[in-house]
Amino acid sequence: MTAISDRRQLAYIAAQAADARVNVELEAEGMTLNIGPQHPATHGTLRIVARLDGEQVIEADPVMGYMHRGYEKLAEVRTYPQVTTLINRIDWLGSFANEVPFILAAEQLMDIEAPPRARHIRTILFELARIANVTLFLGDMGVQLGAVTPIFYAFRDREHILNQIESATGGRFHPNFDRIGGVKDDLPAGWLAETKQSLGEIRKFCDQMEDLILGNEIFQARTRGIGVIPADVGLSYGLSGANIRSSGVDWDLRRDGAHPGLAYNDVEWRVWTHPDGDSFARYWVRLQEVRESCLIVEQLLDSMPSGPIMAKVPRIIKVPEGEAYVETENPLGVMGYYVVSQGGLEPFRVKIRSASFSNMSISPWLLKGTYVPDVITILASLYFILGDIDR
Amino acid sequence: MPSEADTTEEVVDEARRALLEALSAELGDAFVGSDLVPGKDLTIRVATEAWGDTALYLRERQRFRYFNWLSAIDWLPSPFGRSLDAEVDKKLDPEASAAASVELGSGTTGGDSRFQVLARVHSLTTNLGLTVKVDVPGTGDGDLSVETWTSVYPGANWHEREVNEMFGIHFLGHPGLRNLYLPGDFEGYPLRKDFPLLARLVKPWPGIVDVEPMPGPSDDSPSTDNPEDTL
Repeated sequence: MTAISDRRQLAYIAAQAADARVNVELEAEGMTLNIGPQHPATHGTLRIVARLDGEQVIEADPVMGYMHRGYEKLAEVRTYPQVTTLINRIDWLGSFANEVPFILAAEQLMDIEAPPRARHIRTILFELARIANVTLFLGDMGVQLGAVTPIFYAFRDREHILNQIESATGGRFHPNFDRIGGVKDDLPAGWLAETKQSLGEIRKFCDQMEDLILGNEIFQARTRGIGVIPADVGLSYGLSGANIRSSGVDWDLRRDGAHPGLAYNDVEWRVWTHPDGDSFARYWVRLQEVRESCLIVEQLLDSMPSGPIMAKVPRIIKVPEGEAYVETENPLGVMGYYVVSQGGLEPFRVKIRSASFSNMSISPWLLKGTYVPDVITILASLYFILGDIDR
Repeated sequence: MPSEADTTEEVVDEARRALLEALSAELGDAFVGSDLVPGKDLTIRVATEAWGDTALYLRERQRFRYFNWLSAIDWLPSPFGRSLDAEVDKKLDPEASAAASVELGSGTTGGDSRFQVLARVHSLTTNLGLTVKVDVPGTGDGDLSVETWTSVYPGANWHEREVNEMFGIHFLGHPGLRNLYLPGDFEGYPLRKDFPLLARLVKPWPGIVDVEPMPGPSDDSPSTDNPEDTL
C-alpha cells in the first residue's frame, strides 16, 4: 500500500511540475471540453462543460434537462394508482424502489397500514431492486476505469434477480406492483426457494468483484484519494445513500426512518460506513450493501408470514386533504415524495426528491481541481441515473 | 392541528414537541405557523423577511446540518378545473368535480399568498426532519422573490434554480439563477397551475379504460397458506 501511495505522490508531483511548465510556456487561457451528452459514464444523457487548464479542471458545469419529463406536472392530472406507472421510470434500474415512498405517503394520508405479508413482499422486492441496481454499478465502475470484463459478469448475475422480479411481478424493469394498502399479487409458488438460490449467485458475484476490482492494484491507484467528499460538505449538499455513508456518516433510512409499511424492523443487519470519502470508499460501501441486502432478503424469506396481501381500501381511491412527506433509502440514496392532497382523486402537488439530483449537485464543487481522467472515475463512483436527476 | 399524542409513538412525538417549542420560542415573531403530526412529521411556517435567517438559525443553532430539498407550491386552484380529465373519470367522483375548489388553498400551516416556498432539512443528531415553509407574496408577474439559502446550504443551489424556472420565483443573492432543465428561451413557468398541460389539451385523455378489480370486503381475500410458499 505504501508503495502505491509513494508512486502516486511522485506521479502527482511530476504532473504538477509538467503543468507549471506548460503554463509558463504557453500562458494557456484554458480550453473547454464537452463531456457528453453521450458519454457512457452518464447512464443517460448528461453533458458536462469542463473548463480546463492543461489536464486540470478549473470549472465543471453539468448541463441537464435532456431527459426532463415533467413528472411533477404529470402527476397532478393522474389518479394516485396511475402515478406509480410514471414514477417507475425515475430510477429505471431499481424501479420498484421508486414506487414505495409514494405509496407510503399516500398510505400515511389515508391512514392505511399494509398487512404483514404485504410488508414483507414489499421489502423483499425493494431489496431485490437495490441488488439489481447496485450490481450493475459494481460492474460498470470497472468499465469506466477500462476494465471491460466485470460488466459482463454484472449483466449475467443481475439476470438472476431480474428473473425473480419478473416472475413475481410480471415486469423485468417496471414492476408497477406496489398498491396503496398492499401489493398487487401474491408470490408465485416456489418463488421463495428460487430467490434464495439467486441470492447465492449474487453473493458469488460480490466475492468475484472483491477479487477482480477491489483487490486490483490499478483500480486502487485510480480511486484511492480521488474525489474525496468530507462529511460536512456532503451533508450541506444533501448527499445521501452510499455516497454519504462512505464519508463516514452513519445514516440509513432503512434503520433510522420509521416506516410502518416496510418490514425492516424484523431483520438483523448492519449499516456499513467508510471513513475515507473517496471513490474507492464509495465502491467498497456499495459492495458491502449488496451483501447486506442479500442477508435482509434471506431473513425476510425465512420469516414470510401468511395472510392477506391487501388492506381494506376503497374501490376508488380518494386521499383525504393533507400533506405528507415520506422518504426511503433507495438504491441511489434518499428518495422522497412530498404529496399535497386536496381530497380529490389526484394529488394537488407532488414534489419528487430524487437521490441523484442532490448527489450530482455536489459535482461542480467536487470536480474543481481534478484531472480529466479522474472526472470519469468520480462521476462513475457517485453513481447516478439520469432519469433520477431529470425526473 | 393534532393535539393527542399517539401512545405508540410517544418518544418520537415528545422529541418533535420539544423541537417545536424551542423553534417557536427562539424564532419569535418570525414563527407564524406550525403543524405537528405526532410520530410522523413537523412543519413550520416562518415570516417572509426571516427566510434567510431561518436557514442560518436551523443550521447553526438547531444542528440541522443535512439539507434535503427545496421546492415550491402554487396554491391556485387549476383554472382548467378538472377539464383535463375524461368524462369517465368524472363519473367516478361526482362530488369532487362538482365542488371543484375555487378558493386559494393554504396547506396545513396556513398562509395568505398564492406561492409558498418550502424546504426540508434533517438533523442527524436527533434524527428528525423538519419542513419549513414561507409565503412568497406577489401576483406572479415577476414580483416573487425570497432570500437564497445557498450561502448557508450550498446544496440549495440547484433546487433554487429549478424552482426559479418552474415557478418564476427569484432567489435574492443566488450565485447564478440560470435555467436548469428548460431551454434558455423558454417562456412561462411550467409548474404553475395556470400553465396548461398541452399534451392533455391537444389530445384528450381517454380516462380509466381498464379498472383493475380490487379485493373488496365481499371477495375472498387472496391469502396464502400454501406450505410450499412459506418454505
